[in-house]
This record gives sequence, structure tokens and C-alpha cells, in this order.
Amino acid sequence: MQQSSRLAIYALIELASNPDRQISAAEIGAKYRVSAHHLAKVLLTLGRAGLVQSIRGVGGGYSFSGNARRTTLFDIIGLFEDTSTTCKLSDPSKATVEEWALFDVSKEINDIAMSTYSSITLATMLKQIERLSRARARQVTVSAEG
Amino acid sequence: MTASVNEKTQAQTLRIRRATADDLAQVVDLDARVTGQAKPDYWQDIYERYGSRRLDERFFLIADHGSGANEHKILGLIAGEVRVWEFGSEPCGWIFAVSVDPEHRQQRIGEALFREMCNDFRQVGITKVRTMVARQNALHMSFFRGEGMTAGPYIQLEKTLDDA
Repeated sequence: MQQSSRLAIYALIELASNPDRQISAAEIGAKYRVSAHHLAKVLLTLGRAGLVQSIRGVGGGYSFSGNARRTTLFDIIGLFEDTSTTCKLSDPSKATVEEWALFDVSKEINDIAMSTYSSITLATMLKQIERLSRARARQVTVSAEG
Repeated sequence: MTASVNEKTQAQTLRIRRATADDLAQVVDLDARVTGQAKPDYWQDIYERYGSRRLDERFFLIADHGSGANEHKILGLIAGEVRVWEFGSEPCGWIFAVSVDPEHRQQRIGEALFREMCNDFRQVGITKVRTMVARQNALHMSFFRGEGMTAGPYIQLEKTLDDA
């Protein structure tokens, strides 16, 4: 996954989990240790896709404007990367059997990856984050009691 | 073990219970509406194997309202069993069928069925549940992911038998 896709997912997780307030690019950037400048470009793309809204001025920032239950990681990645399944051999008509064999393996891995990303919505990610947070909190409690 | 479990859905009480032979006609109808294929023999066999035998490790559950005018209208189903040592795995629960009436989706019926199945597995000492989903089946993929399931340690392989 390219960095822009990763940043986009982080930004949407932040915004979708805080639907009642605007969050700035600087605030998201500080949390994930990335430049607000790069993040702003990512947020611009997300805005054009209708997933975020920006509010200018004092107290402004970004808010989530999509549907967390209908937006998948594949949808987000597709805004920044080529997710098409078309043949990636440079010249299929001249490809050797060996090139086709490796292409088949690469396609298998890519198909599994794309299927996985397509099955995970933002809402599912938020639930997963909540589960991980609870599990970590339990671990901390157990360690403290130990 | 599964008894009647009453839960509130958006509009009215939901009951999760074991399937009975009287449910089969509705089960076949529900499955036909969802998949486009009527499979009466298949579901008869499923009921005989998972609904009436070895009930301490096999679970064929139905969701209905349990009361009111549509008390016995089936809203969803789930089927699963404990499998032991298959593919070298420690005993675990497997879910091999889940379906919700298309007119009653987004009402947390699938969630209720899944959780009751998991409770049944826990009660017989099982701590892991698995299933298999076709890659293109976005509905089931999203559903199981939403219930916290993630990719397991196995990869399903296959071969067409007309190859040399």
C-alpha cells in the first residue's frame, strides 16, 4: 500500500470516529507523525471524492462526509493507486511461459489483497480498533496487577 | 446449549432457536430467494445431520419473531458444527451457512445469529470459530469481517480435474 493510501485511511479513521467535530490536517499529522502538507494533499483528494468536507477559518478543519458502512479500504486505495486487474505484463503477446507463470502467482496475491481490502469498511476498521484498544487495556491491567 | 434467546431488533423481539423439521419449507424458500436455487434435498440433509443428531456439537439455528402475528416467520438461519483435527486443526467451530431474509437485513439479525452460534461453541469448550467465504461474496465477507473475523492460517487450494 502506498503512503498516500495509508494516510488517507488514517485520516478517514480519525474523522469518522469523531463525527461531531472538525479536525485539522496538523492534528492528524501530529498523531501519525507525517507532514501536514502531505496530508493536506491527501485530504484534497478525499474531498473531491466526497468523503471529507473542509471548513475554513478559526475552529475549522475537516469532517467526515461519507458513509462509513459503505466505504471500503479498496474504495479509498482506488483514489490513490491503480487497483485495476488488467494484465500488467509489459507485452502480453510476447511474454514467455515463465513470465506468464510468475504473472499468475502475482495475480493470485493481488486478487487476495484486493478482495481483502474490498471486504473491510471504515465501520469495520473502527470496530477492529475498538477491539484492539480493549485488548491492550486488559493487557495493561493484567501487567499492572502482576 | 441453545435455548430460545430473545433479543430486541429495531422493531420487535427476535428469537433464536434450533431448527425443527417444520421449518424446512421456509428454509428452502429463504435460501432459494437469496441464492436463486431451490435445494430441498440439501436442506433436508442438513437438518438430518445438523438439526437432529449430535446436537452437542452441531447447531442449526433459526431466527424468527417468536411472538405476534408473524411468530414463526423465519428471518434468518445459521448452521455450524465443531470440527476436530481436520486439516490438522485443533477442535474449532465452523460456520458453513448463514442467510438473512433480504427484506429484513440491516436489523442486526445476522449479528444475533452469529453471536448465538459463538455462544453455543463456547459452551462446548470451543475457543475459535472459522468459516470460508468466496472472494467475490462481498456481502458475507463484510458481514464476517464486521463480526471481528480476520483471515486465518489456511489457504484454500483447488485444481480442475480435467487437467493432466
